[in-house]
Amino acid sequence: MTDTTTAPVNAGIAHGLYTEGEPIADTKAPAGPIAGKWTQRQFDAALVNPANRRKLDVIIVGTGLAGGSAAATLGEAGYNVKVFCFQDSPRRAHSIAAQGGINAAKNYKEDGDSVYRLFYDTVKGGDYRSRETNVYRLAEVSANIIDQCVAQGVPFAREYGGLLDNRSFGGVQVSRTFYARGQTGQQLLIGAYQALERQVAAGTVEQFTRHEMLEVVVVDGRARGIIVRDLVTGEIETHLADAVVLGSGGYGNVFFLSTNAMGSNVTATWRAHRKGAYMANPCYTQIHPTCIPVSGEHQSKLTLMSESLRNDGRIWVPKNREDCDKDPRQIPEEDRDYYLERIYPSFGNLVPRDIASRQAKNVCDEGRGVGPLVGDFRRGVYLDFADAISRMGKAAVEAKYGNLFDMYARITGENPYEVPMRIYPAVHYVMGGLWVDYDLQSSIRGLFVIGEANFSDHGANRLGASALMQGLADGYFVLPNTIRDYLAKGPFDKLSADHPDVVAARESVESRTARLLEVNGERSVDSFHRELGNIMWEYCGMERSEEGLLKAIDLIRGLREEFWRNVRVLGAADTLNQSLEKAGRVADFLELGELMCIDALHRRESCGGHFRAESQTEDGEALRHDDEFLYVAAWEFGGGEALGEMRQPVLHKEDLVYEAIELKQRSYK
Amino acid sequence: MNLTLKIWRQAGPRHRGELKTYKVKDISPDMSFLEMLDVLNEQLNARGEEPIAFDSDCREGICGMCGLMISGEAHGPEKTTTCQLHMRSFTDGEVITIEPWRANAFPVIKDLVVDRGAFDRIIQAGGYVSVNTGAAPDAHATPVPKPNADRAFVAAECIGCGACVAACPNASAMLFMGAKVTHLSELPQGQPERAARVVSMVEQHDEEGFGGCTNVGACSQACPKGIPQDVISTLNKDLRAALRG
Repeated sequence: MTDTTTAPVNAGIAHGLYTEGEPIADTKAPAGPIAGKWTQRQFDAALVNPANRRKLDVIIVGTGLAGGSAAATLGEAGYNVKVFCFQDSPRRAHSIAAQGGINAAKNYKEDGDSVYRLFYDTVKGGDYRSRETNVYRLAEVSANIIDQCVAQGVPFAREYGGLLDNRSFGGVQVSRTFYARGQTGQQLLIGAYQALERQVAAGTVEQFTRHEMLEVVVVDGRARGIIVRDLVTGEIETHLADAVVLGSGGYGNVFFLSTNAMGSNVTATWRAHRKGAYMANPCYTQIHPTCIPVSGEHQSKLTLMSESLRNDGRIWVPKNREDCDKDPRQIPEEDRDYYLERIYPSFGNLVPRDIASRQAKNVCDEGRGVGPLVGDFRRGVYLDFADAISRMGKAAVEAKYGNLFDMYARITGENPYEVPMRIYPAVHYVMGGLWVDYDLQSSIRGLFVIGEANFSDHGANRLGASALMQGLADGYFVLPNTIRDYLAKGPFDKLSADHPDVVAARESVESRTARLLEVNGERSVDSFHRELGNIMWEYCGMERSEEGLLKAIDLIRGLREEFWRNVRVLGAADTLNQSLEKAGRVADFLELGELMCIDALHRRESCGGHFRAESQTEDGEALRHDDEFLYVAAWEFGGGEALGEMRQPVLHKEDLVYEAIELKQRSYK
Repeated sequence: MNLTLKIWRQAGPRHRGELKTYKVKDISPDMSFLEMLDVLNEQLNARGEEPIAFDSDCREGICGMCGLMISGEAHGPEKTTTCQLHMRSFTDGEVITIEPWRANAFPVIKDLVVDRGAFDRIIQAGGYVSVNTGAAPDAHATPVPKPNADRAFVAAECIGCGACVAACPNASAMLFMGAKVTHLSELPQGQPERAARVVSMVEQHDEEGFGGCTNVGACSQACPKGIPQDVISTLNKDLRAALRG
């Protein structure tokens, strides 16, 4: 297995889909033992004299946990910050929808947790595809996040003694998750938002709501600003700065249906990618097993329910297809297939997210799904609380899951205390994103990327309650310490809005916007988006194969070509125009989708949340190939000037080195 | 279901608006209210009419971005956000009127979209704890009695949607503001700035053009998160204490 000389040429190269460039040799992490690296980096990073900070301009795109906390912190430090969001207020960013909790190595329960254990669990959970040095730092600063949030007044759950409560989450064996009922994301975001508004009032941060970033300005190899559209007036504006930070979130909406907000998009990061920022592991997508199923073709988004439901609910489908449209209560015990308990007797319904998701899709693809027919399939499995209700009593179930049951009842019109819930997997989070070094700097100097927008610390799969941790770690504690090393070299030469590179960036936005309105074809933006989503879900979702991915790439290319010829966007450019906003985002998704498929095609292994049909064990379980794929795939844009044009991307490999942790294959059987 | 929709159309902040009538057919009761509007917008687009502008983002009832007056009720007939309202709450053949939030402090931007920037400015006036990043003591240094923590949480559930303002005959934002004041007043971390906060926020509230509170209670009834009316009592109590010095 270690003999790579006989390995066949990668199918992606064989089909001329990409070329390979120089590997990434240095991620800029300091030398020395892992536990001392972050302290060392903070010491080595140059300081900026407080009097000079107000002369340094920093642009931040996005106001979620990462962008909001970074803007507040850099404002407090005295930098001159401009922060942008497409929503009507920074408080709307989609971090707000996170339910479960936030991990931190506080060890308040004295149950053996530690920085090292959180680090270890995160690397293992990511199936050994994340960068050791960054993950260790994440675990290291996690405790500070909780302190900071409590000081801001974030109302975490408390015990009767007045101290913070913790729970165990996502299959880990220690209780390290802090939570605020089912609204942890909301409470953390409001904390960051309030800190940000305080800086707006203090005059250190200028806030631009209903503004969307449409281009990054790169001059002499450095990110020096952004081009935005004021979504209310339609005006295209130029904002220049000494550094640019993207905290614009993930791109799960490439699948059309996901648990992301309607406006969540890839545009900020994709525009940066086109300007030279590498996109890393774009095919790494997290699919969440416990979402409310699609009810029909009108569906606009999917709603997640906390996977804590799997602690007490039992998942099953009928053994026989002919039972699928029966009232589940009429199906006798012996005709039910509790398939997770059957296949994974030791973990049962608590297998990791990707396994639960893939098995749900498998039983539905076999024709044993339940719920309404959507297309040719019933896309749902039962999550049954009948046993839990008879064991614990209805009141205890209600106390534990009442808000989730209410949400389910409101959306489906069914009473989950009486009829088993139906669930189906949905895209929830992306581990892929812009490549960053240890300083969170992208391959464009002066362009930093934080939160879900970067390729992050989660490897090929993210543990529950770790997204909030990473967003706030990046924004409050990591970026403010690393960006100063860059800013200490500034202020950079004053740029004029007339600089040819600035003008070119602006003109490209103007012409692209104009073109979207000029096509005036036959098909709505949503119809393109929906079709792209179907392709991505079918071929680049939980299970991928070479044949399927090659097909998907062809389909996406055809769809993108049609988009620029046949999309219909009504209305004008100089007013609020939501169709125009969506059109720009979908145009970028149509390019991203192709790169995701190329990335998935080239990675001929099953790892983390991703099952590759050609890479499985004899009994059908995921098989990782550390000999061939122990690296981060960082893609360089291959060029393409015309609208929608993408030439072959260039793959740069960053080898993953594990010094503090031993590589293992996971097993849940 | 077949429905008749009377929808507020307004081209821009300085344009005159009017209710326009649209018919939609074959609406599934399992659609959300906003998905019903998506379907209408697809139809408008197909026949060359500009789609109706309305705000929404998370569509899970938590971001606070959506909000419509539906037949005179903020967020419609159920106690939830507009995005979580489903068509099964309506009957076949019904006539539904859809308007933007109605309040001077929330000017219309276009169609059903309003500007709620006033809420951000009220928070800027004092809706925070002044603690810089890195300056926090250990989280367990300050225990919080559970009843206070629980009440703070209930108040902190506010999503800033503005339904309270839209429902209030005076277009007052006292429930929104009371929720933030109560959230921070219940916690030890909020004490040092307690007096200054409430005074400053109330001044900003009035400057934005929100009306005064006359204890009607429509705000709390309309609130999708069920923020109780007693947060306004807490605000008034804090304000009285602060003004007395």
